[in-house]
Amino acid sequence: MNWNKIFALSLRHIYLIKGSFPRILDLIYWPTIQIFLWGFISKFFTLNSSYYENTVGIILSAAILYDFLFRSSISYNMMFLEEIWSRNFTNLFIAPIKLSEIIAALTFTAIFRTMIGLVPAALLAIPFFGVSILKIGAPLIFLLVTLYIFGVTLGLLVTSGLVRFGPSFENIAWASLFFLAPLGCIYYPIEILPEWLQIIAKLLPLVHIFEEMRNILIYDIINYSQIFKAIFISFLYFVIGVTTFYISYSGARNRGTLINIGE
Amino acid sequence: MELIVKNLVKKFKSTVAVDNISFKIEKNNTLGLLGPNGCGKTTSIGMMLGLITPTQGEILINGTKLNSENRIKLLSFMNFASPYIELPKKLTVRQNLEVYARLYGVNEKVQRIDELIEELNLSKFLYRNTGELSSGQKNRVSLAKSLINKPKLLFLDEPTASLDPDVGDFVREYLEKYKKKNELTMLLASHNMKEVERLCDKVIMMKQGKIVDNGTCQEIIKKHGRENLEDTFLKIARSKNELE
Repeated sequence: MNWNKIFALSLRHIYLIKGSFPRILDLIYWPTIQIFLWGFISKFFTLNSSYYENTVGIILSAAILYDFLFRSSISYNMMFLEEIWSRNFTNLFIAPIKLSEIIAALTFTAIFRTMIGLVPAALLAIPFFGVSILKIGAPLIFLLVTLYIFGVTLGLLVTSGLVRFGPSFENIAWASLFFLAPLGCIYYPIEILPEWLQIIAKLLPLVHIFEEMRNILIYDIINYSQIFKAIFISFLYFVIGVTTFYISYSGARNRGTLINIGE
Repeated sequence: MELIVKNLVKKFKSTVAVDNISFKIEKNNTLGLLGPNGCGKTTSIGMMLGLITPTQGEILINGTKLNSENRIKLLSFMNFASPYIELPKKLTVRQNLEVYARLYGVNEKVQRIDELIEELNLSKFLYRNTGELSSGQKNRVSLAKSLINKPKLLFLDEPTASLDPDVGDFVREYLEKYKKKNELTMLLASHNMKEVERLCDKVIMMKQGKIVDNGTCQEIIKKHGRENLEDTFLKIARSKNELE
């Protein structure tokens, strides 16, 4: 890994964000709207649901964590799409940069984009709704890392599709996370799902992350084995994501699509 | 750098895009790659840049085979410019050059960028977004990017397409001067025959994926009994029996 090259590619995206106020505004706008929407829903539920009555902020915390996952994945996809939209794809792939360095650069820069959007939104939740995700405590770091790995993995799978099928795969990029959301048990316990769906849901790290978040916030119990299980599953998906990306890249080289992907 | 292409073939399903081509560009020489649209020029360049995997054949750069293992190492001595690919539009010219200088691992980044700014007259729009520039300005920026790493092997795909005669002439003159001062082997794909006559030591003519003729411009013109390369190109492009 050449860190100078990884930095160079990150710099390209940092310049892009830094040079455009509307872009920064766009990064902040959606998470903030999301936080306010779920903040009010959360407030309503805490007043009207016996499950949530003594646990102010569970839904909002879940919304913040889910948005973190969503933004990580979308940031990854967006940076890749930027190369296609700007027709810079060929320039990038004829530069002496390894595929692993491209993946690393996008992974590191995605966190930067994600934080720009999410930190202001998460901070706003404190004065407006009295909810701070920091209440989760030290396990929060593990939950965020797990979500981030899984978010990047989804980004990798979508970018693999973009390399394989071209820009027409763009719509899938936006739809990918909504597809998994019902199975992630973000706002409800896993028992809500039919039994056969529970089996599938448990194969995703999301269930373990959000179940653990609820355990911490409702029962004040930290189950590290559950957290490490989620990290392990996420990492497994990450390996699958990287492998898929390499296979797609190799396929694109065979089909000759890398040279005109932006056209 | 010397480039040798041996029995290169690229098939896309049942279509043969490049059909068993072989040629050599000697160190510091310029080879013109000519042929009608769809004859396999871009696919050939794509394979030489490692963007397309050949179905068969090999590409040797200074004796080293271009393959997955040494592609990155070889790419650091190569570069490519084409009006059909662009640099990030929302980055300024200077930012783009800085990013690419870093990606190519250029040691004296600032000095190299400043040299190119001066040589290609980029100073007036250095801090403007690349997407806001005119075709001529973009073309010069693209050329600057392609020379950022002082490549030993440069691929140019229609470098003066869509440029007015003045800017086109500037680019051609610059490339001539640059080649005199630097070690540079060049492959130029162009539809501008005067440009090819001016810049290339030798040319190869492609048609339907095959090389149908090669030699110096004068040799090819003489062989086909024409007055200039443009007429020769038309004769070859329009003749059916060259390949049949």
